[in-house]
Amino acid sequence: MTVKYADVAPGTEIPAKSYRATRLDLVKYCGASGDFNVIHWNDRLARSVGLPGVIAHGMYTMAQAGKFVSEWAGDPGAVLEFGVRFSGMVPVPDDTDPPLGGTTGGATIEVSGRVTEKLGDNKVAVDIVARSGDAKVLTRSRAVVRLP
Amino acid sequence: MALNKEFVGRVFGPGEPYEVSRVKIAEFAAAIGETSELCRDKAAAQRAGYPDVIAPPTFAIVVAMASTTAMHSEPGLGLDYSMVVHGEESFSHSRPLHAGDVVVATTTVESIRVVGAMSMLVTATDISTTDGEHVCTAKSTLVERGK
Repeated sequence: MTVKYADVAPGTEIPAKSYRATRLDLVKYCGASGDFNVIHWNDRLARSVGLPGVIAHGMYTMAQAGKFVSEWAGDPGAVLEFGVRFSGMVPVPDDTDPPLGGTTGGATIEVSGRVTEKLGDNKVAVDIVARSGDAKVLTRSRAVVRLP
Repeated sequence: MALNKEFVGRVFGPGEPYEVSRVKIAEFAAAIGETSELCRDKAAAQRAGYPDVIAPPTFAIVVAMASTTAMHSEPGLGLDYSMVVHGEESFSHSRPLHAGDVVVATTTVESIRVVGAMSMLVTATDISTTDGEHVCTAKSTLVERGK
Protein backbone atom coordinates (compact mmCIF):
# COMPACT_ATOMS: atom_id res chain seq x y z
CA MET A 1 0.00 0.00 0.00
CA THR A 2 1.63 3.19 -1.10
CA VAL A 3 0.61 6.78 -1.03
CA LYS A 4 -0.63 8.80 -4.02
CA TYR A 5 0.29 12.39 -4.89
CA ALA A 6 -3.37 13.35 -5.00
CA ASP A 7 -3.89 12.08 -1.45
CA VAL A 8 -1.28 14.17 0.34
CA ALA A 9 -1.21 17.80 1.42
CA PRO A 10 1.19 19.95 3.43
CA GLY A 11 0.94 18.60 6.96
CA THR A 12 0.23 14.99 5.96
CA GLU A 13 2.04 12.78 8.46
CA ILE A 14 4.02 9.76 7.38
CA PRO A 15 3.28 7.09 10.00
CA ALA A 16 6.32 6.63 12.26
CA LYS A 17 8.28 3.40 12.11
CA SER A 18 10.93 1.83 14.29
CA TYR A 19 13.94 -0.04 12.98
CA ARG A 20 16.28 -2.22 15.06
CA ALA A 21 20.03 -1.99 14.63
CA THR A 22 22.28 -4.67 16.04
CA ARG A 23 26.01 -5.30 15.92
CA LEU A 24 25.41 -7.76 13.10
CA ASP A 25 23.67 -5.02 11.09
CA LEU A 26 26.67 -2.72 11.53
CA VAL A 27 29.07 -5.47 10.47
CA LYS A 28 26.95 -6.04 7.36
CA TYR A 29 26.91 -2.32 6.70
CA CYS A 30 30.71 -2.14 7.06
CA GLY A 31 31.03 -4.78 4.35
CA ALA A 32 28.34 -3.41 2.06
CA SER A 33 29.52 0.21 2.27
CA GLY A 34 33.26 -0.34 2.54
CA ASP A 35 33.39 1.86 5.68
CA PHE A 36 35.37 -0.20 8.17
CA ASN A 37 36.08 2.62 10.63
CA VAL A 38 36.87 0.83 13.91
CA ILE A 39 34.32 2.90 15.86
CA HIS A 40 31.60 0.85 14.14
CA TRP A 41 32.78 -2.56 15.33
CA ASN A 42 35.36 -2.33 18.13
CA ASP A 43 34.26 -1.14 21.60
CA ARG A 44 37.80 -0.82 22.92
CA LEU A 45 38.96 1.42 20.08
CA ALA A 46 35.69 3.38 20.05
CA ARG A 47 36.16 4.18 23.77
CA SER A 48 39.79 5.09 23.19
CA VAL A 49 38.63 8.03 21.01
CA GLY A 50 36.09 9.19 23.58
CA LEU A 51 32.94 7.46 22.37
CA PRO A 52 30.61 5.52 24.69
CA GLY A 53 31.32 2.38 22.65
CA VAL A 54 30.48 1.18 19.15
CA ILE A 55 28.18 3.60 17.32
CA ALA A 56 26.21 3.14 14.11
CA HIS A 57 27.53 4.67 10.89
CA GLY A 58 25.80 7.98 10.29
CA MET A 59 25.14 6.66 6.82
CA TYR A 60 23.46 3.56 8.30
CA THR A 61 21.05 5.82 10.19
CA MET A 62 20.51 7.93 7.08
CA ALA A 63 19.78 4.73 5.14
CA GLN A 64 17.05 3.86 7.68
CA ALA A 65 15.46 7.27 7.07
CA GLY A 66 15.78 6.74 3.32
CA LYS A 67 14.08 3.35 3.64
CA PHE A 68 11.32 4.99 5.68
CA VAL A 69 10.62 7.44 2.86
CA SER A 70 10.94 4.89 0.06
CA GLU A 71 8.58 2.46 1.85
CA TRP A 72 6.05 5.27 2.01
CA ALA A 73 6.53 6.15 -1.68
CA GLY A 74 6.70 2.49 -2.73
CA ASP A 75 9.87 2.99 -4.77
CA PRO A 76 13.49 3.55 -3.62
CA GLY A 77 14.03 5.33 -6.96
CA ALA A 78 11.42 7.94 -6.05
CA VAL A 79 13.72 9.62 -3.50
CA LEU A 80 15.30 12.29 -5.70
CA GLU A 81 16.78 14.66 -3.14
CA PHE A 82 17.73 13.58 0.34
CA GLY A 83 19.78 15.49 2.88
CA VAL A 84 20.33 15.07 6.60
CA ARG A 85 22.19 16.56 9.51
CA PHE A 86 23.69 14.06 11.94
CA SER A 87 22.72 15.57 15.27
CA GLY A 88 23.41 12.68 17.62
CA MET A 89 25.15 9.34 17.88
CA VAL A 90 23.41 5.98 17.87
CA PRO A 91 25.30 3.76 20.33
CA VAL A 92 24.71 0.11 19.48
CA PRO A 93 25.57 -2.01 22.53
CA ASP A 94 26.64 -5.60 22.15
CA ASP A 95 24.46 -8.33 23.59
CA THR A 96 25.45 -9.90 26.90
CA ASP A 97 24.76 -13.63 26.73
CA PRO A 98 20.98 -13.53 26.12
CA PRO A 99 20.63 -17.30 26.68
CA LEU A 100 21.95 -16.72 30.20
CA GLY A 101 19.52 -13.89 30.91
CA GLY A 102 21.68 -11.07 29.55
CA THR A 103 20.55 -8.23 27.32
CA THR A 104 19.95 -8.65 23.61
CA GLY A 105 21.81 -5.43 22.79
CA GLY A 106 21.19 -3.26 19.76
CA ALA A 107 19.44 0.05 19.36
CA THR A 108 16.12 1.28 18.02
CA ILE A 109 15.93 4.07 15.45
CA GLU A 110 12.49 5.66 15.25
CA VAL A 111 11.74 7.66 12.11
CA SER A 112 8.84 10.01 11.50
CA GLY A 113 8.03 12.43 8.72
CA ARG A 114 5.64 15.01 7.42
CA VAL A 115 4.84 16.48 4.02
CA THR A 116 5.84 20.14 3.99
CA GLU A 117 5.16 21.16 0.43
CA LYS A 118 3.64 19.91 -2.82
CA LEU A 119 5.93 20.65 -5.71
CA GLY A 120 5.15 20.26 -9.39
CA ASP A 121 5.63 17.11 -11.44
CA ASN A 122 4.19 14.82 -8.70
CA LYS A 123 6.99 15.75 -6.33
CA VAL A 124 6.57 16.47 -2.64
CA ALA A 125 8.97 17.76 -0.01
CA VAL A 126 9.03 15.91 3.30
CA ASP A 127 10.72 16.67 6.61
CA ILE A 128 12.10 13.69 8.49
CA VAL A 129 13.18 13.22 12.09
CA ALA A 130 15.01 10.19 13.47
CA ARG A 131 15.37 9.48 17.17
CA SER A 132 17.23 6.87 19.12
CA GLY A 133 16.67 6.67 22.84
CA ASP A 134 16.23 10.25 24.06
CA ALA A 135 18.30 11.82 21.30
CA LYS A 136 17.36 13.26 17.94
CA VAL A 137 19.91 11.62 15.66
CA LEU A 138 18.83 13.17 12.36
CA THR A 139 17.58 16.73 12.15
CA ARG A 140 17.14 19.25 9.32
CA SER A 141 16.42 16.22 7.19
CA ARG A 142 14.51 16.77 4.03
CA ALA A 143 13.68 14.67 1.02
CA VAL A 144 12.04 15.39 -2.30
CA VAL A 145 10.05 12.38 -3.40
CA ARG A 146 8.11 11.65 -6.56
CA LEU A 147 4.79 9.98 -5.84
CA PRO A 148 2.55 8.00 -8.19
CA MET B 1 45.38 19.94 13.88
CA ALA B 2 43.62 22.39 11.63
CA LEU B 3 42.99 21.33 8.07
CA ASN B 4 44.96 22.88 5.25
CA LYS B 5 42.76 25.56 3.70
CA GLU B 6 44.80 25.50 0.52
CA PHE B 7 42.78 22.43 -0.41
CA VAL B 8 39.66 24.53 -1.00
CA GLY B 9 38.78 24.41 -4.69
CA ARG B 10 40.92 21.37 -5.40
CA VAL B 11 39.37 18.66 -7.54
CA PHE B 12 40.08 14.96 -7.11
CA GLY B 13 39.27 12.46 -9.80
CA PRO B 14 37.64 11.22 -11.83
CA GLY B 15 38.96 7.94 -10.49
CA GLU B 16 38.61 4.47 -11.95
CA PRO B 17 35.16 3.67 -13.37
CA TYR B 18 32.84 1.91 -10.90
CA GLU B 19 30.53 -0.75 -12.32
CA VAL B 20 27.27 -1.04 -10.37
CA SER B 21 26.32 -4.72 -10.02
CA ARG B 22 23.11 -6.49 -9.05
CA VAL B 23 25.01 -8.40 -6.38
CA LYS B 24 26.37 -5.23 -4.75
CA ILE B 25 22.94 -3.56 -4.79
CA ALA B 26 21.38 -6.67 -3.21
CA GLU B 27 24.13 -6.77 -0.57
CA PHE B 28 23.64 -3.08 0.27
CA ALA B 29 19.85 -3.44 0.37
CA ALA B 30 20.19 -6.44 2.73
CA ALA B 31 22.57 -4.51 4.99
CA ILE B 32 20.14 -1.62 5.47
CA GLY B 33 17.04 -3.83 5.63
CA GLU B 34 15.58 -2.46 2.37
CA THR B 35 13.15 -5.13 1.18
CA SER B 36 11.89 -3.56 -2.07
CA GLU B 37 11.84 -6.02 -4.96
CA LEU B 38 13.00 -3.14 -7.19
CA CYS B 39 16.45 -3.62 -5.60
CA ARG B 40 16.50 -7.38 -6.24
CA ASP B 41 14.27 -8.46 -9.11
CA LYS B 42 15.17 -7.23 -12.58
CA ALA B 43 11.75 -8.05 -14.03
CA ALA B 44 10.00 -6.10 -11.26
CA ALA B 45 12.36 -3.16 -11.78
CA GLN B 46 11.65 -3.20 -15.51
CA ARG B 47 7.91 -3.27 -14.91
CA ALA B 48 8.43 -0.10 -12.85
CA GLY B 49 10.22 1.49 -15.81
CA TYR B 50 13.86 0.99 -14.82
CA PRO B 51 16.48 -0.70 -17.05
CA ASP B 52 17.57 -3.05 -14.24
CA VAL B 53 17.46 -3.32 -10.43
CA ILE B 54 17.93 0.07 -8.77
CA ALA B 55 20.07 1.06 -5.82
CA PRO B 56 18.61 2.61 -2.64
CA PRO B 57 19.23 6.39 -2.59
CA THR B 58 22.10 6.28 -0.09
CA PHE B 59 23.98 3.67 -2.16
CA ALA B 60 25.66 6.60 -3.92
CA ILE B 61 27.89 6.92 -0.83
CA VAL B 62 29.62 3.67 -1.87
CA VAL B 63 30.66 5.23 -5.15
CA ALA B 64 31.40 8.62 -3.60
CA MET B 65 33.58 7.16 -0.84
CA ALA B 66 36.07 5.69 -3.27
CA SER B 67 36.65 9.25 -4.49
CA THR B 68 36.59 11.03 -1.13
CA THR B 69 38.83 8.44 0.57
CA ALA B 70 41.61 9.22 -1.89
CA MET B 71 41.25 12.89 -0.99
CA HIS B 72 41.03 12.32 2.78
CA SER B 73 44.28 10.37 2.76
CA GLU B 74 46.25 13.16 1.06
CA PRO B 75 48.94 13.84 3.67
CA GLY B 76 48.93 17.59 2.97
CA LEU B 77 45.27 17.89 4.02
CA GLY B 78 46.08 16.99 7.64
CA LEU B 79 42.92 14.99 8.35
CA ASP B 80 43.01 12.62 11.35
CA TYR B 81 40.34 10.14 10.31
CA SER B 82 40.00 8.62 13.80
CA MET B 83 38.72 12.01 15.03
CA VAL B 84 36.22 12.47 12.22
CA VAL B 85 32.46 12.45 12.64
CA HIS B 86 29.96 12.87 9.86
CA GLY B 87 28.19 16.24 10.12
CA GLU B 88 25.85 16.37 7.14
CA GLU B 89 25.17 14.45 3.97
CA SER B 90 22.93 15.06 1.00
CA PHE B 91 22.22 13.39 -2.31
CA SER B 92 20.72 15.01 -5.34
CA HIS B 93 19.76 12.42 -7.94
CA SER B 94 19.02 12.99 -11.62
CA ARG B 95 17.92 9.36 -11.56
CA PRO B 96 18.58 6.29 -9.40
CA LEU B 97 21.76 4.27 -9.92
CA HIS B 98 20.95 0.91 -11.49
CA ALA B 99 22.78 -2.34 -12.15
CA GLY B 100 24.90 -2.03 -15.26
CA ASP B 101 25.77 1.63 -14.71
CA VAL B 102 29.45 2.39 -15.17
CA VAL B 103 30.14 5.63 -13.33
CA VAL B 104 33.01 7.88 -12.36
CA ALA B 105 33.20 10.21 -9.37
CA THR B 106 34.85 13.62 -9.12
CA THR B 107 35.22 15.32 -5.74
CA THR B 108 35.60 19.06 -5.24
CA VAL B 109 36.63 20.57 -1.90
CA GLU B 110 34.00 23.28 -1.41
CA SER B 111 35.04 24.73 1.93
CA ILE B 112 37.18 24.23 5.01
CA ARG B 113 36.16 26.04 8.15
CA VAL B 114 38.11 26.00 11.40
CA VAL B 115 36.14 26.78 14.56
CA GLY B 116 38.30 26.54 17.67
CA ALA B 117 39.72 23.04 17.78
CA MET B 118 37.23 21.72 15.22
CA SER B 119 37.57 21.68 11.46
CA MET B 120 34.69 21.35 9.02
CA LEU B 121 35.35 19.97 5.57
CA VAL B 122 32.66 20.27 2.88
CA THR B 123 33.02 18.29 -0.34
CA ALA B 124 30.80 17.76 -3.37
CA THR B 125 31.15 14.57 -5.36
CA ASP B 126 29.62 14.36 -8.82
CA ILE B 127 28.76 10.89 -10.03
CA SER B 128 28.26 10.55 -13.78
CA THR B 129 28.25 7.69 -16.25
CA THR B 130 31.33 7.24 -18.39
CA ASP B 131 29.16 8.68 -21.19
CA GLY B 132 28.83 11.91 -19.22
CA GLU B 133 25.25 11.56 -17.93
CA HIS B 134 24.89 13.07 -14.46
CA VAL B 135 23.40 10.60 -11.96
CA CYS B 136 23.97 12.04 -8.50
CA THR B 137 25.76 14.75 -6.58
CA ALA B 138 26.69 13.81 -3.02
CA LYS B 139 27.59 16.59 -0.62
CA SER B 140 29.37 15.75 2.63
CA THR B 141 30.32 17.71 5.71
CA LEU B 142 32.92 16.01 7.85
CA VAL B 143 33.82 17.34 11.27
CA GLU B 144 37.24 16.66 12.72
CA ARG B 145 36.94 16.90 16.47
CA GLY B 146 39.75 18.69 18.25
CA LYS B 147 42.07 16.90 20.64
